[in-house]
Amino acid sequence: MKGMVLDPKTSPVFPMAAKTALEDTQMRKNVRHATDVIQAKRARVVGEMPDWQQLREAGKQIRQHTMEHLDVYLEQFEANCTRAGGVVHWARDAEEARKIVTGLVKASGSDEVIKIKSMTTEEIHLNQALEKAGIHAYETDLAELIIQLGQDQPSHIVVPALHKNRQQIREIFQRTMNLPDLGESPQDLADAARMFLREKFLRVKTGVSGANFLIAETGGVCIVESEGNGRMCLTLPETLITIAGIDKVVPRFQDLEVLLQLLPRSATGERMNPYNSIWTGVQPGDGPRTFHLVLMDNARTKILADEEGRQTLNCIRCGACQNVCPVYRQTGGQAYGSVYAGPIGAILTPQLQEMHHAQSLPYASSLCGACYEVCPVKINIPEVLIHLRSKVVEQNTAGIKGLFDFEAGAMSAMAMIFKSERRFRAAQRMGRMAETPLVRKDGRGEGWISWLPGMLGGWTQVRDLQEMPKETFRDWWEKRGKDGK
Amino acid sequence: MGSEITAADSASARSEILRRIRAAKDGVSDADAAAAAWSNVARDYRRENEPGSEAVLEMLEDRLRDYDAHVARASRGEIASTVARMLAVRGKRRMLVPPGIAPEWLPAGVEFVVDEGMTATELDGFDGVMTGSTVAIAETGTVVLQNVPGQGRRALSLVPDYHLCLVNAGDVVKTVPAAMDRLEPTAELPTTFFSGPSATADIEMTRIKGVHGPRHLDIILIA
Repeated sequence: MKGMVLDPKTSPVFPMAAKTALEDTQMRKNVRHATDVIQAKRARVVGEMPDWQQLREAGKQIRQHTMEHLDVYLEQFEANCTRAGGVVHWARDAEEARKIVTGLVKASGSDEVIKIKSMTTEEIHLNQALEKAGIHAYETDLAELIIQLGQDQPSHIVVPALHKNRQQIREIFQRTMNLPDLGESPQDLADAARMFLREKFLRVKTGVSGANFLIAETGGVCIVESEGNGRMCLTLPETLITIAGIDKVVPRFQDLEVLLQLLPRSATGERMNPYNSIWTGVQPGDGPRTFHLVLMDNARTKILADEEGRQTLNCIRCGACQNVCPVYRQTGGQAYGSVYAGPIGAILTPQLQEMHHAQSLPYASSLCGACYEVCPVKINIPEVLIHLRSKVVEQNTAGIKGLFDFEAGAMSAMAMIFKSERRFRAAQRMGRMAETPLVRKDGRGEGWISWLPGMLGGWTQVRDLQEMPKETFRDWWEKRGKDGK
Repeated sequence: MGSEITAADSASARSEILRRIRAAKDGVSDADAAAAAWSNVARDYRRENEPGSEAVLEMLEDRLRDYDAHVARASRGEIASTVARMLAVRGKRRMLVPPGIAPEWLPAGVEFVVDEGMTATELDGFDGVMTGSTVAIAETGTVVLQNVPGQGRRALSLVPDYHLCLVNAGDVVKTVPAAMDRLEPTAELPTTFFSGPSATADIEMTRIKGVHGPRHLDIILIA
């Protein structure tokens, strides 16, 4: 993965990437450990909230309501932020957003920026664009710093370096910070990061951030974080440039009372994360003198237009669905080929990137539903996954390619068989005949199939299939007497 | 990188995005409809508020200690002596304070310097900072600062490595909703919530105290 960017347009498809990831036993061990720890912490602090379900319901309704009136709330936010001294910009897509931010950094007179961890800037590969324009971006979140110095890629929404353990992080810091004697305790490593970044915080004049919530009612912005690097970037530079998806808006200040309870407990398993910052435009004598906010669409309006996919926009980026996902916990995040990994990535990436760039992601799930259970705003991820799978099939059957598509062909053959009782009975008889040479009896006389030919072999690679019963339910139903015996 | 983005580009991007949103939803919303619908959001969660009650104070102390903060209680008459004792324990002699801090909080024998727009590097040179606070949330162990006299600008409580924060018992509420109710009238002020000292769990999910914000935090509850 070194030096590459996680771009669904160029990344290998999930089944291929997952196969490679599964061979990395160290990475799998690190991911399993980290996700186990977060899950346990989350369960404890969610368990102590007697009104968790009511909070989830309110969170869901607030987000849903916001999407229904998104135009009103964006216009309100813009008016209030502008009134408070901020400058609001609009970007239709990633390229426009990159151009705006690059132009603003140049106009600030700086050729370097300090950055707060932001999934939105990862989504549009902002750092690469800045670098091309001769601007160096310093990532200041500890995990993002580990990723940046190690020329690695993020693997989790909240804890992007969770695939690295302390020895691997020490090796990166020793090499890139020139600290040959650095210890490997987490405290040593955090101290090294503090030393390395302190000078940048005090010197660099331009900050770049994402946003957790944009408050329409006040024009304010809220960012939650842990380390204080966010506060440094929001407070010390002369110019601050914040970039946010249009989905980040919330109607009123009061709505934060719900989201600020749901997000920290779901994301890091804390009652509250160490720091939340809220600011509104520019405040003379407190923080940056110039504040720009870029509102970016980048396919979010396409998601909004899809009634069944729309709930994807309710996401508040807590990462809880990643921690519980049996697929993510095995493959880690990078196999998803997108900065948004795990269950939320499996639904967000295909919709953000046009379906054909991420055909396999909607299948990167066992539909077990654990992601829905933990989602703080009740996004029904399995429902959206199934919806996207049907779109994939639809897309593949649209052109001439569809005529030869095995899965689409199988699906329509199934539909034909299920429509007619006669065909269904015939198919059952054919199945019983066809399986005969493959059935092996076990000690108790039960028949099992452990090998199937061709594409069907995918099923028997990891499990045996029981032979079909000699008597079908229909046969039994018809044979039994009128009195039910 | 092609040409620079102009004001006209931004205006057309704005109208295009708003058009896409309205097309996606089959129509334009208006502020009145949005306000009416907003008030129908089900808010069946708790907003309990027992400001300053003993149970709430104990819960706050417990949660703050959970985050490795030191917590002491003081009556109004004991504030300066409690401050002196806590600073002595920490070995702090040169402290920053925001404009408007109550002079009776400041003990003799410690140098207190009022922030009058110092640079970040100057702030970095102090042993610590002492501020008041706006509200505290017991259930989450959170203290909230706003830019008002006695609390100061955001950089003040951020750059120094030690923060001593004074909290009035009457400003301690139980739940997050109760705190947000209190903050709403001044929602537009620069606001910082802190819950314990700066921390990270980015390395193997081990919580480590102190990365970039103050690494040490003491709280005095004025009861």
